[in-house]
Amino acid sequence: MAKMLGSDAILRSLEAEGVDVMFGIPGGAILPTYDSIARGTSVRHVLARHEQGAGHMAEGYARASGRVGVAMATSGPGATNLVTPIADAWMDSTPLVCITGQVRTNLIGTDAFQEVDATGITLPIVKHSWLVQDVEELPHVMKAAFHVARTGRCGPVLVDVAKDVQEAAIDFGYPDEVDLPGWKPPHKVNARQLGEAARAIAAAEKPVLYVGGGVVNAEAFEELRELAEAGGLPVVTTLMAKGAFPESHPLHAGLPGMHGSKWANWAMNKCDLLIAVGARFDDRVTGKLTAFAPGAQVIHLDVDAAEIGKLRHADIPVVGPLKLALAGLANEVGRLREGGSEGPRAWRTQIDEWRDAFPYRYERDGDSLKPQTVLETLRDLAAGRDDVVWTTGVGQHQMWAMQYVVCDRPRSFITSGGLGTMGYGVPAAIGAKAARPDATVICVDGDGCFQMTCQELATAALEGLPIVTVVVNNGWLGMVRQWQEMFYAERFAQTHLTHQVPDYAMLAEAYGCAGFTVDSEDRLEETLDEALTCGRAAVVDARCDPEEKCFPMIPAGAAAIDILEYPEGETVEA
Amino acid sequence: MTHTLSVLLENKPGALARVSNMFARRGFNIESLAVGPTERPDVSRITLRVECDQHSLEQIEKQMHKLVNVLRVSELEPGETVERELALIKVAVSPERRPELLAVADTFKAHVADLGPEAMIFELVGPPDVLDSFEELVRPYGVKELVRTGRIALPRAAARRAPRRQHVLR
Repeated sequence: MAKMLGSDAILRSLEAEGVDVMFGIPGGAILPTYDSIARGTSVRHVLARHEQGAGHMAEGYARASGRVGVAMATSGPGATNLVTPIADAWMDSTPLVCITGQVRTNLIGTDAFQEVDATGITLPIVKHSWLVQDVEELPHVMKAAFHVARTGRCGPVLVDVAKDVQEAAIDFGYPDEVDLPGWKPPHKVNARQLGEAARAIAAAEKPVLYVGGGVVNAEAFEELRELAEAGGLPVVTTLMAKGAFPESHPLHAGLPGMHGSKWANWAMNKCDLLIAVGARFDDRVTGKLTAFAPGAQVIHLDVDAAEIGKLRHADIPVVGPLKLALAGLANEVGRLREGGSEGPRAWRTQIDEWRDAFPYRYERDGDSLKPQTVLETLRDLAAGRDDVVWTTGVGQHQMWAMQYVVCDRPRSFITSGGLGTMGYGVPAAIGAKAARPDATVICVDGDGCFQMTCQELATAALEGLPIVTVVVNNGWLGMVRQWQEMFYAERFAQTHLTHQVPDYAMLAEAYGCAGFTVDSEDRLEETLDEALTCGRAAVVDARCDPEEKCFPMIPAGAAAIDILEYPEGETVEA
Repeated sequence: MTHTLSVLLENKPGALARVSNMFARRGFNIESLAVGPTERPDVSRITLRVECDQHSLEQIEKQMHKLVNVLRVSELEPGETVERELALIKVAVSPERRPELLAVADTFKAHVADLGPEAMIFELVGPPDVLDSFEELVRPYGVKELVRTGRIALPRAAARRAPRRQHVLR
């Protein structure tokens, strides 16, 4: 036990949790804790330019490292600016501890300056939250916050600490155990259910593994691979699971969903056994739910019991930690498959035929730069690098990145899935770079997204976090434009941003980063390579064809099987 | 179908808000909710009634289990449960008709909680359907105001089995 202030106790708790980097911005109600930072801590603090940036950085850090991300902000607007990252982390199950200052306890409830009910505002989007009004509670709350964020289904928590609590004296000792009688995430798997699942897998003629982000949070990559190989099972990975199973593995069967490949969607829709692993039947994956995998029996593995049967009935539910569940299943399936069976060979051949018949396609017109060409060139340039982390914003560029980038390693593709948060890419990249300084971190962004959080370029430049941002600049809110063109009779309401304003290269220079502009194919590779090798934070403004649409596409509410392909030109054969 | 759920939760600030927020946010409708202390000072019990299908009931129970302050969720089976509710009913009644009304009250073992020149307040504790009947009988006299606590419930003392708990599945 050591005598100190509440603010010191916060930092000693972070240190005890092994936090090496946190992200934040100081302000009135969190000042005592920043003073403790000034007085010394082993935790590196990355100063963001907007609390939303700090929150997404913490998310990027968490997703790139597998550790809990930490964001810090002041009360009132500081806390409300964290709401978007908290909601994002909630939707994508990203472990996040947000620490906010709160007005003094005697002012709580009086509409004091910069007072906001932070725990109230975030109630529907946190796993749990604490308003700390007694310094004696602080160590236990910090311990509990980290425990809740990373156990069971991962997600965000909020610790709101009154200013006078930060200033109060405490005899500090970090607790060894958490005291949370109501928090009991499953820690084992029902062997009977596992056995039932294994038998169904061994008997299936057309099985598909439908893998979601839960596998990433569970760090169950090896176990997943063992199961897939033991059963000869095709593996479809969702956007959140991109890289959780090597994309160049012969069993990888693509990415599903609204802009996924036709063959992956077909594989899921025509399978007779769908093995959902840490996936939640999101509408962007399933399309029209009643028409999704209509002939399939469903095995659903998840650490969160509430996901099972939420949208699709599970014939065989398996609740528990995915690492255990997948290991057990791999074992059992391997045993049942002994005797040299190759598993569903005809089915795999069928999927491979679809893969060959329906590749991602687009047409170069020789005139304008196509966004898909930018992504293909980037992919090829990155292929020679040892460790690459991709982040994206949300929209067309994100879907093209999903389609064209190849990820063979987990935690190499970090994107906002559930909430669809435009502006996620740049700060998430900064957080990822802070977590993995030796990795090449590439943010594929849209021009609309980039303008939502580009102030964080200052953070990248000044904190020595050289990320490379490639703005797929089509001068429009491209995905919205695509919907307006396809579903709103080409009435392009309020989606035109222009290619020229701002000048992204000049903007980058203004923020102390290297800026590049490219608008033709012939200088593309050279420019991207220059940005990747310049050693500084860099922005490439890639001015692309404004009218290019993202295909394939399942129109919202349509059945996945009715996926629309890239419109065929006169001379192009499918 | 209407279901009665009994929820034990930590007696902590905001715990009830977390439960009610989950219902609001996921679009489940609470028919009645009663919350109060239990035999343990650090634990409260919520008895709540929800009108929903089996699928929604499963979701409600599972989503409630995920709340850090919630200790236990169980569904109370109608035949295996003692259910009680308290009603206060203010009835406008002239002195001439009082004896008649008091006779009705007597049959139901309702007490007179307060008496005024033009109205009286009955207090009745009992199973919710008994309260319904009493309410119906006194309504013609002129009910001025009425309040019911919402039901509270416990599994029977000689319950053949423990209330159905949904920790994991189905």
